[in-house]
Amino acid sequence: MESRRAMQEEESKTDGEFERQPVPQHALLGFKSFVGMYAGEHCAGTELMIGPLFIAAGVSAFDLLVGLLLGNLLAVLSWMLLTAPIATRARLTLYYQLEQICGRRLVTLYNLANGVMFCFLAGAMITVSATVVGTIVNSHVSGMELQMPQLTDVYPSSPGWMAAVVCVGALISIVAAFGYQSVSRFANIASPWMVLVFLAFGLIAAREFLNSTRTDVDSFRDVWNLANTVIWTGGDPLPGQTKFTFWHVTFFAWFCNMAMHIGMSDLTIFRFARKSRYASATGAGMYVGHFMAWIAASMLFALQLHEQRPDKYMVTLLTDHSAKYAGVAPEALAASPVSSAMIREAMRIENQLVRDGELAAADKAVSVPTPLPGDLANRACGLAGLLCVIIAGWTTANPTIYRAGLAFQAIVPRTSRFTVTLLTGGVATIAGLFPAIAMKLLDFVALYGMVLMPMGAVIFVDFWLIDKLGLQRDYAARGRKTFNWAAGLTWLLTLGLCTLLVKYTAVQEFLSEQGIGLLPANFQGVQIFFVSLPGWFMAAVLYVALSAIYQKNTTTEPRHSRMDAP
Amino acid sequence: MRKALQTTSVLALIGTILPSGLYLLGLISLASCRWTMLAATVAWFAATPLWMGREPRRGQHESAETSQAG
Repeated sequence: MESRRAMQEEESKTDGEFERQPVPQHALLGFKSFVGMYAGEHCAGTELMIGPLFIAAGVSAFDLLVGLLLGNLLAVLSWMLLTAPIATRARLTLYYQLEQICGRRLVTLYNLANGVMFCFLAGAMITVSATVVGTIVNSHVSGMELQMPQLTDVYPSSPGWMAAVVCVGALISIVAAFGYQSVSRFANIASPWMVLVFLAFGLIAAREFLNSTRTDVDSFRDVWNLANTVIWTGGDPLPGQTKFTFWHVTFFAWFCNMAMHIGMSDLTIFRFARKSRYASATGAGMYVGHFMAWIAASMLFALQLHEQRPDKYMVTLLTDHSAKYAGVAPEALAASPVSSAMIREAMRIENQLVRDGELAAADKAVSVPTPLPGDLANRACGLAGLLCVIIAGWTTANPTIYRAGLAFQAIVPRTSRFTVTLLTGGVATIAGLFPAIAMKLLDFVALYGMVLMPMGAVIFVDFWLIDKLGLQRDYAARGRKTFNWAAGLTWLLTLGLCTLLVKYTAVQEFLSEQGIGLLPANFQGVQIFFVSLPGWFMAAVLYVALSAIYQKNTTTEPRHSRMDAP
Repeated sequence: MRKALQTTSVLALIGTILPSGLYLLGLISLASCRWTMLAATVAWFAATPLWMGREPRRGQHESAETSQAG
């Protein structure tokens, strides 16, 4: 998901081409260049976690399929209507454009935020790749068992898991520091093959579902029935996951690349496009990577759930202690696929037994089915599937670490790129030790978009609206400011307001406990998957209002800026 | 040579996806599907790096001339 952007940024920086000037006419690229770029680069390691997490979120067939169709369309339209029109007019990199508006010091802060988010994303990819080590050790090394993390785990699950993550992370970091270019070339080569392996995941999983349900498919109705009743069954999410509805899927698909379209990072890409409508090429990436690949990856985890049976411990818990399962024969229960309702009930009983003193907390043993990409891919495609997970994780983590390193290096320019990349890889590896990032990737991706979104609103308003409102655009460049406080406060306040909306219930309860009835109790707040939409409008309004105050109170010296050019 | 390598890559891609299609239709076993995919994967990574991202000979010559002229 990230690698294309990172590669493009890297190319731009290493070549030093048009970094601080508009891209000239002779360097513009045709439509096909963007189709290839987006189609390949959006089928990456993250898709192997996101797809299964939709299943863990209890998504239904209609919600997933139609939600993804609509959400991806909205993402493509965002690139076409928000990013590309500015990119093809200004033809500047995101960083140079931001520097003109916000000033060098604020851009440095933006770089820091971007770098930190990249580190966590790379950490999730290291986690994905490390699951392959677990799969290989557990299935091929006799006498050794590597305890893998669970869906609900926050901290490292075992020393063996930590060793696997550290080995994978160190390897990826060293390669990123030494040989970024060769891995970037390898990623391009692997891309068409990877797309087809993802498709194969889906086809093989479909056959496995037909085999295990002994279903004959003769019509679309049969397919739809299988999809609804066996694959994407809806219902409760697995413990620790947020329930996903149609709107969750739509907004997630729309906003998972929010930093790139609404956040304007892809200005750097589309400054090379001859026409702004070339941004429709992003559709290739969305419908290959964020439709086909997510659906295929989700089917692998759905298959795992369908084949998994409750263990003896869970059967005993349910039949002995649950009124809901009291009438079910233990043999019948043991033979039925494990469901979210079953796991939740078993966990509830365990907690009750702990409260009653009949069970020690340390003896709780109900496990939550966990999407481990290594196991899922191995189950479907064997060694080719495992290779796909390794390559997908590696080729995504590598440029992500490198990109984060570049962002940090901009803050401490005297440090060598090698050292910074290596240190960044170390931070990403530490992040990868914590399975919570990968297991909560849906939330993290939404957070990533939210953090960078306000700057996209600032660019949009500055480019299209601000001079029409009697204010000056590119204020930092015109006023020789290194920190445009209007933009900085817009970013900070928008993030504060969005965080308040997301954590509304907790904040409201805390204030009530302190006797402060400031916030109404009947409002439930906004989930992180949706908050960036009102957040964008908040940022736009705030930037106009704060610019009016800031520009009125500061003097500017007339100076040539990019917009003064004919 | 380049043509032969490109043909190998195309065949490797077909070998990557076709087995899963045949398995879906119930025409081959899962084991056969996995082995064919693995063989196709090896073929793809053996053949493709030798041509993808590399200029064809004539193109290389032309670009060298262009850069000299420039």
